[in-house]
Amino acid sequence: MNQQELVGKDVRVTKGRDVILNDLTFTIQPGKITGLIGPSGSGKTTLMRAIVGVQELSGGKLAIDGQSVGSKKLRHHVGYVTQSPAIYGDLTVWQNLRYFATIAGATKAQITEVMDTVRLSDKKKQLVESLSGGQKARVSLAIALLGDPNVLIMDEPTVGLDPILRQELWQLFGELAERGKIVLVSSHVMDEAERCEKLLLMREGKLLWTDTKESLLESTNTTTVEDAFIKTIHEAEKK
Amino acid sequence: MRRRKNNMYHLKVTFSTASRVLRQLSHDHRTVALIFIVPCLLLALLRWMFTDTIGTFNHFAPALLGVFPFVIMFIITSITTLRERVGGTMERLMTTPLGKLDFILGYMIAFGLMAVIQALLASTLLLYVFNLDVAGPHWFLILVALADALLGTALGLFVSAFAKSEFQAVQFMPAFVLPQFLIGGLFMPLDKMPGLLETIAYFLPLTYVIDALTAVVGNTDVTGDMWRDFWVVLAFMIGAILLGALTLRRKTK
Repeated sequence: MNQQELVGKDVRVTKGRDVILNDLTFTIQPGKITGLIGPSGSGKTTLMRAIVGVQELSGGKLAIDGQSVGSKKLRHHVGYVTQSPAIYGDLTVWQNLRYFATIAGATKAQITEVMDTVRLSDKKKQLVESLSGGQKARVSLAIALLGDPNVLIMDEPTVGLDPILRQELWQLFGELAERGKIVLVSSHVMDEAERCEKLLLMREGKLLWTDTKESLLESTNTTTVEDAFIKTIHEAEKK
Repeated sequence: MRRRKNNMYHLKVTFSTASRVLRQLSHDHRTVALIFIVPCLLLALLRWMFTDTIGTFNHFAPALLGVFPFVIMFIITSITTLRERVGGTMERLMTTPLGKLDFILGYMIAFGLMAVIQALLASTLLLYVFNLDVAGPHWFLILVALADALLGTALGLFVSAFAKSEFQAVQFMPAFVLPQFLIGGLFMPLDKMPGLLETIAYFLPLTYVIDALTAVVGNTDVTGDMWRDFWVVLAFMIGAILLGALTLRRKTK
């Protein structure tokens, strides 16, 4: 048995008459960064919310390591970075981290560690609402890393960040994946897809591709994910 | 052993939620000042209004001691919880091991503390500055005022679950609170109202607050009815807390 796989089977979410997620079936393994790539409005956030257990499914199943998502046990092991930073603007960076550390069962040493990781140690005592957008995103990311979760679900965590920091964070995601964690990162920026080993390409609530980047480029006979994406869309439309 | 560890976790998370909320409030001096000062100012206004008709003041003031703190705590709590919902931190919390009751109780402790200070200030002002003529024991008046402010807090927590925006949350005040204020027995004795309205009034918590506060002014002893009023208010408060936790949803559609 594979340890700790994230398995989706016919995952369906509808809102009124709109089908947001259209029977998605996929497997995400630990050990490699999986990129959830697609234009905005394609359903990426809804899929991520479903994975962390806050989105009700209209059909299908989502499980991690055989456990249904959102279960009490799994909530100890999931770190979630929302698209717009979900943090308290009227608290300092440290106060934010300390609160979420108590919930995650993380120690003070770990708070210091994650602050170093996202390079915010010098902003410790600053009120979050006075930070820039990128800094807020880093606070939000740091919180998700508290408690060393086995599953990291990150919704566009690097948007608007400085290129050096972005580079560092992708390296960090790679290291976390290598340590055996499930790492799912969404992006609407195609060049970020190049950094992922596995890809879930999404468009209009459907998955167009769920395999490695290499095999995508190979099967479409292209050199960039962007070209491959376009080709895949055209082929899907022909059918 | 494991169970105890689990309980300790929830206790810890509840208190750290409470201290987090208080810390947020401490960065917002104006809100804190408004919580404490507004009910006192309103009572002062009332006292001024009835300068020449002190008997009328004695009739209205105790009941309004039940209404002002209740209303203010109701609005503040419902808006603050809603802000958490809109800002996305609530959703983040719902993905963590934090229990729904931990969340509600954490808020209840933090705002409860505000409510207690507020009710103490307002009742002290009424009793010892405006020298309200109270036949019964002062401690009972204060006790009911405290329970009442806590009830406003708990109801605010509960109803915020039904609001999707700040505009809706603010509307809950006139929708839920004003009717209770109107038919709670302050303007017209319950038994003089149409039968159906009287029955409805008996299902609303503010009726019991008003009854207890008016009774302590007129009775030298704390009667059984007054204790009944107090326990009913407390029961409504606990009910609102439990319903608040139950109606909190981890998953949305």
